[in-house]
Amino acid sequence: METLVDLSRLQFAITAMYHFIFVPLTLGMTWLLVIMESLYVVTGKEIYKDMTKFWGKLFGINFAIGVTTGLTMEFQFGTNWAYYSHYVGDIFGVPLAIEGLMAFFLESTFIGMFFFAWDRVSKKQHLFFTILVAIGSNLSALWILVANGWMQDPVGTVFNPITMRMELSSFFDVLFSPVAQAKFFHTVCAGYVTASVFVLGISSFYLLKKQDLPFARRSFKVAALFGLFSSVAVIIMGDQSGLYVYHAQPTKLVAIEGIWETEQAPVGWSLIAIPDQEKQTNTFDISIPYVGSLVLNHDLSTPIKGAKEIIAENQEKIIKGQQALLLLEQLRKDPHNPQLAEVVKANSEYLGYGLLLKKYTDDLTKVTPDMVSKAAVETVPNMLSLFYSFRLMFFLGFSYFVLFALAVWSSYGKSTKYETKTWLLKWALWWIPTPWLACWAGWFVAEYGRQPWTIYGILPTYQSASSLTSGELIFSLTGFFVIYTALLIVELWLMFKYAKLGPSSLGTGKYQFEKGQVK
Amino acid sequence: MEYAILRFIWWALVGVLLIGLMIMDGHDMGVGTLSPFVGKTDSERRAAINSVAPHWDGNQVWFITAGGAIFAAWPLVYAASFSMLYIAILAVLWTLFLRAPAFDYRSKIENPKWRSTWDWVLFVGSAVPPLLFGVAFGNVIQGVPFHYDNSMRLTSDAVNPLLGFIGLLNPFALLCGVVSFAMTAAHGGVYLTLRTEGAMQARARKANIIFATIAILGFALGGLWIGHINGYVATNLDPNGESNPLFKTVEVVQGAWLNNYKLYPVAILAPVLGFAGLILSIVFNSKLKAGVAFVFSGIGMAGIILTAGVSLFPFVLPSSSNPVSSLTAWDATSSEHTLLLMLVAALIFTPIVLTYTSWVYRIMRGKLTTARIEENSNSMY
Repeated sequence: METLVDLSRLQFAITAMYHFIFVPLTLGMTWLLVIMESLYVVTGKEIYKDMTKFWGKLFGINFAIGVTTGLTMEFQFGTNWAYYSHYVGDIFGVPLAIEGLMAFFLESTFIGMFFFAWDRVSKKQHLFFTILVAIGSNLSALWILVANGWMQDPVGTVFNPITMRMELSSFFDVLFSPVAQAKFFHTVCAGYVTASVFVLGISSFYLLKKQDLPFARRSFKVAALFGLFSSVAVIIMGDQSGLYVYHAQPTKLVAIEGIWETEQAPVGWSLIAIPDQEKQTNTFDISIPYVGSLVLNHDLSTPIKGAKEIIAENQEKIIKGQQALLLLEQLRKDPHNPQLAEVVKANSEYLGYGLLLKKYTDDLTKVTPDMVSKAAVETVPNMLSLFYSFRLMFFLGFSYFVLFALAVWSSYGKSTKYETKTWLLKWALWWIPTPWLACWAGWFVAEYGRQPWTIYGILPTYQSASSLTSGELIFSLTGFFVIYTALLIVELWLMFKYAKLGPSSLGTGKYQFEKGQVK
Repeated sequence: MEYAILRFIWWALVGVLLIGLMIMDGHDMGVGTLSPFVGKTDSERRAAINSVAPHWDGNQVWFITAGGAIFAAWPLVYAASFSMLYIAILAVLWTLFLRAPAFDYRSKIENPKWRSTWDWVLFVGSAVPPLLFGVAFGNVIQGVPFHYDNSMRLTSDAVNPLLGFIGLLNPFALLCGVVSFAMTAAHGGVYLTLRTEGAMQARARKANIIFATIAILGFALGGLWIGHINGYVATNLDPNGESNPLFKTVEVVQGAWLNNYKLYPVAILAPVLGFAGLILSIVFNSKLKAGVAFVFSGIGMAGIILTAGVSLFPFVLPSSSNPVSSLTAWDATSSEHTLLLMLVAALIFTPIVLTYTSWVYRIMRGKLTTARIEENSNSMY
């Protein structure tokens, strides 16, 4: 069973990470295309049309695999997480269905118009289509992050013992959950940064090669300015997200920050630490005083609870959860007993903690104190990996602000001296892969940091998977890995080919390698 | 609104989504299936591909939305069907994966080998999914081996996964697969007749007639066969009760899938639409009226899908090994609150989607000639 759950998690992680190679670029590129095309409509200059079409081509190469890998995400909850789907589908299915109806249709219908309707509609109408694609792709991010936000902080839901699942009590609470909203803005802004680094980096490549200079300069400037705003926004929204982690997920917070003991304010912020999960202490720690309180809860007087104290509290919750589950088992045998139903309802908030014990025994009457304390210790996820992936994301986030600030500062105004600052251009070029690292690190913090839960405090990961065999999982994992990798290789090959070729690939006859059409 | 009425509406809406999927995504899958055969030159194949290039991605959203809507409205069905038919669902997904790169990458490189490879990749991605949809439906009609325990955890009762998958490829299910594949190919054929001209158009018309005929014959054979298959009859099933499938009792009776036609004679309209639609699509296509033929082809597909739904009603996923675990439209749904909320969302967004979908088809209307492809070689697929 444990292998099966681990294989299912590995498959989810791999397929989600592959998918998130393509998503952030889509989220940001659509707005960059809107900006470029707006410049075309306003100024009437053909070069902006060429920019829209060329960057649109690269966007299209990326989008194709984004669509492909997205298919898996819609169905994987059913195939591999059947109990999860049963247990929370009443709530979790809603944003997914609305995402399809409201966002995917819009995005996918008008993306066809973006590519194929240039000669069929007016300039303004085409721009309108491009805007719809951007709105569609960003709305899809809204709904999926509403879904994910609910996994992190499950609001607006009650347990129903007859159907044996969580049911929706307030859609309003789910949609306007501050956790979901902060995550949405943080994630789309990360996408905007990704796309800006992508365009800035490739434009820098043309500037370094002295290839299609007017085209490259304009692209560079658009990306630099959009990137600057986005990088500021991603930092602010990241801070907001962090604040909600402090309120909603204390176990994730302590893991990210490596806090074992409850600390009196003002709390320091560890720059480097080596958390030891076994001994529940940091073997090494360099921290900056005051910063922790400023960053984590924006409050210099409230203490921050450490992992040890949280574990002790969770131990109590697990014992209450065990009792609640035993009552629930009685009620399942006698479903029409109103008194029993009342008691179960009163204790249902601890059911999830009780389910943590199922990893150790199926028979809840045979729970030992040792099992309870093991389950409690496991409510704090592995600190070392979370501590460093958070810091990777954090420092990369600030690096974009510096990069874009320098790019804007040196490229706007009359001087074109940034074209000779090869160190800046090279930095932009070599920095292209890093936003993906930052995005992955961020999702790792979000998802691994929520462990041992799929739905925080309600449903343990160990309970969520389908009853498949390990053989089936090995088969599917291999299949996904092979197909995705093959597609990624083809995608990258085309992407490099077209990126190197530049606007000459449009066949307008105006650019550097017009004779060297892609053969 | 009463819970039972909401549940019935959602049974109908899932039907609408599946029909929408087969009509919309069906015609571009049909085009992908036929393209290597009706297109003899690169430009002809590109004409076929470009007739759906601006639309296929939007059409595929019917598939994604059907998945999402089943998740939201029938979470038990979503969980059971996809996990219990694991390998089959993977085969659908993996072949569907091939379509996006095939459409988008094929014409980005001007090498005949590259292009013909992607043509066959597109063929697999277009032909296999409808075949497997049919096979899956054929198995649902016969029941899938699974049961629930007391905490509503699902377990498969198949001997082992591989044998389970091979067991899916039984004669009745394969027949359903052939019907589904043939009607999709026929639908693509009539769409291509509408959007191309000359020799290619004649080949597309011929393909439509051949595959529509196969679909009609297969559908008729299925109708004769189903009386000899085990159907399911539920009792003690409260349409207004809580969604717990274990509360009802279920009997397995040979030929029970024909009961609804005796109970509700109006149900016979579903198979009648199926036959009439496909026959009329052949008739009108032969008379060179491809537009009308396309509409009838859609009606025929709707009739066939509706026939499957009506025969099973109220069942949606019967369990062959533990009939009481079977899922029905009355006891496998979301809560009343969620169904109502989703209905509001569907009522708002479906008309909007249909409106802009027709708008973009209107913008892109007209024949895809090989001359047009060659003029716009850099911007078209």
